[in-house]
Amino acid sequence: MSAVERVDGVMALIPRCDINTDAIIPSSWLRTASADLGQGLFGGERYDALGQEVPGFILNQQPYRHAKVLLADENFGCGSSREAAVWALVQFGIGCVLAPSFADIFYENAFRNNLVAGIIDVETYQELKTLVETHSEGMAFRVDLHTLTVSVSDANNSLHNRSWSFQMPASRVQAMIRGDDEITTTLHHQEDISDFYKMASSEKPWLFPEDLVGLKR
Amino acid sequence: MSETHAKPAQTLFDKIWNAHLIRHLDDGRDLVFVDRHVLQETTCAQAFRKLRASGRTVLYPDLTIATQDHIVSTKPGRTEDSNPTGRELMQLMRSNAMSSGIRHYGVDHPSQGIVHVIAPELGLALPGSLLACGDSHTSTVGGLGCLGIGVGTSEVEHVLATQTLALSKPKSMRIVYHGTLQAGLTAKDLILHTIGQIGVAGGRGYAVEYAGPVIEALGVEARLTLCNMSIELGARLGFIAPDEQVLTYLQGREFSPKGNAFTQACAYWRQLRSDTGAVFDKEVQIDCSLISHQVSWGTTPEDVVSVDGIVPDPATVEEPARRERLTQAITYMDLQAGQKLAGLPINVAFIGSCTNSRLSDLKLAAELVRGRHVASDVRALVVPGSMSVKREAEALGLDVIFRDAGFEWRDAGCSMCVSINEDVVPPGARCIATTNRNFENRQGPKSRTHIASPAVVAVAALNGCIPDSAMIQPEAERSR
Repeated sequence: MSAVERVDGVMALIPRCDINTDAIIPSSWLRTASADLGQGLFGGERYDALGQEVPGFILNQQPYRHAKVLLADENFGCGSSREAAVWALVQFGIGCVLAPSFADIFYENAFRNNLVAGIIDVETYQELKTLVETHSEGMAFRVDLHTLTVSVSDANNSLHNRSWSFQMPASRVQAMIRGDDEITTTLHHQEDISDFYKMASSEKPWLFPEDLVGLKR
Repeated sequence: MSETHAKPAQTLFDKIWNAHLIRHLDDGRDLVFVDRHVLQETTCAQAFRKLRASGRTVLYPDLTIATQDHIVSTKPGRTEDSNPTGRELMQLMRSNAMSSGIRHYGVDHPSQGIVHVIAPELGLALPGSLLACGDSHTSTVGGLGCLGIGVGTSEVEHVLATQTLALSKPKSMRIVYHGTLQAGLTAKDLILHTIGQIGVAGGRGYAVEYAGPVIEALGVEARLTLCNMSIELGARLGFIAPDEQVLTYLQGREFSPKGNAFTQACAYWRQLRSDTGAVFDKEVQIDCSLISHQVSWGTTPEDVVSVDGIVPDPATVEEPARRERLTQAITYMDLQAGQKLAGLPINVAFIGSCTNSRLSDLKLAAELVRGRHVASDVRALVVPGSMSVKREAEALGLDVIFRDAGFEWRDAGCSMCVSINEDVVPPGARCIATTNRNFENRQGPKSRTHIASPAVVAVAALNGCIPDSAMIQPEAERSR
């Protein structure tokens, strides 16, 4: 996987908790293997019944049509396991989601697609939210994986270089910076895996009955 | 045995996890062996594509099975061509499975059905085993004491290539149900009530063991229903210690161990319980005596009340973000704060999904429907969870009861729960469903969903509105 060290760009705000993956990418965009998921991002609220853009929705407005960072409230990505929610964000151009908490499956899916899922404390969320709300022209930020900070990168802004921390497990940070492929990493333990399977098959033969794995196939 | 040699008390979760631990990884995660892997057609195409692109193959194809369920048509007698939109994903999985040597349960197979219905039915999910599937409701098999974990597509690829998952070990939570569950209430009411109590994020980061006398008294299919909605608590894993009932359920199933192996397995399964004194990171107590028939009013599964209850008033909520969310939910659902749920007219009634589409669910609904008719202007559907369930129901004549009452009697699939096939609730219409999610647009653009038990949904279909609890009684009791 390609390496990621930082994300630069405008931060868009969707100030809601429990944003579910059905909202991030509705099932109607999942009917083929080749749908333009970036187009489908938040499709349920981004388009009206005729497929026209809803002008009031944040990602339909400039400069947020090119947002690189998304700020949201607690429990982002709950619900369905669909990894297409992460693909939709990435294909739209979002490189980082900042939220006080993430749902478990979404969080795992994010790292496997180089989407930075940064956990911020509630005070940081409130401060960033206020900033984004009061700068309707859009504010550019830099998310830096080396320092685990998000900072105002707009040189013309009086808050230039003001920064906040976010959390991400160190191992995940390093893996993302190196661009590790997780399957390659796991296959370093290939021998352990086959030994484990052999051992399990002999200790718990009932778990791998002949009808499933035996010569009967 | 002297106390110094006594093993520390372990949770059931620890026991099963440790039995699958290949090694601790340097990054703090655990590499665990996946005994069974189940594929569904909407989350595996990309996994196979990437597997091929990286020149890898499926490591142990015997341990993976595939079933078409999400995008399949549920029209009786359907084929892979009945829903042309879904053909691409169905054919992709079929050809990927065939070229990799993976068993495939397509719409033409007599055992086809929803992953979480057929995994127990076929004896693929076994107590003490670990099963992964690219679907968040995989915890359903926890009803048998199996650790079922829902994964994303990259993890599907990881399992195909390595038969393992690299996971951060979740913390443990036990939810203990005590008191007496009122007659006529179901596992669905238990889990909806639980989600209402601890919220959609209350189980995040935890593996949940459901326990207590009320759980022990549940039938196997009811346990599957309960564990199914663990993800609606935010938990990836939810399970119940297996008992004799589970062992009996598993006997003779296609991939269950047979003969001596079954006896050996039973000896192992009987030890699968949390030790007395085992410490959980979190414990929750639920008094079941206080629970009545549940129905969701809003747009997350924690928005539940008794069918005799009212829509909450956001003005009484202090926290601004939550107040805002409730307000938005009330608007989306076209309701008023303080409005009674009972009497609210519905347009569609759906009985099905991995939560509530098993024989016991259909029997319960049929008992309430027998000899009566669906209200005019209501579209009512029953979609059995598997073709096996469908055949068993037909052998009992349930199809006749449903058809005579005006229900559609369909072939197996996820249908109007995920609405990724052609079974969609029209914009603005109100559907009461035995499903697991009531998110905005879940059942189709601008659809409105109320989730409830098969009993509540069946009676709603007959009356054309959400019933109150007095209306939810079988014919025999009503005429008394």
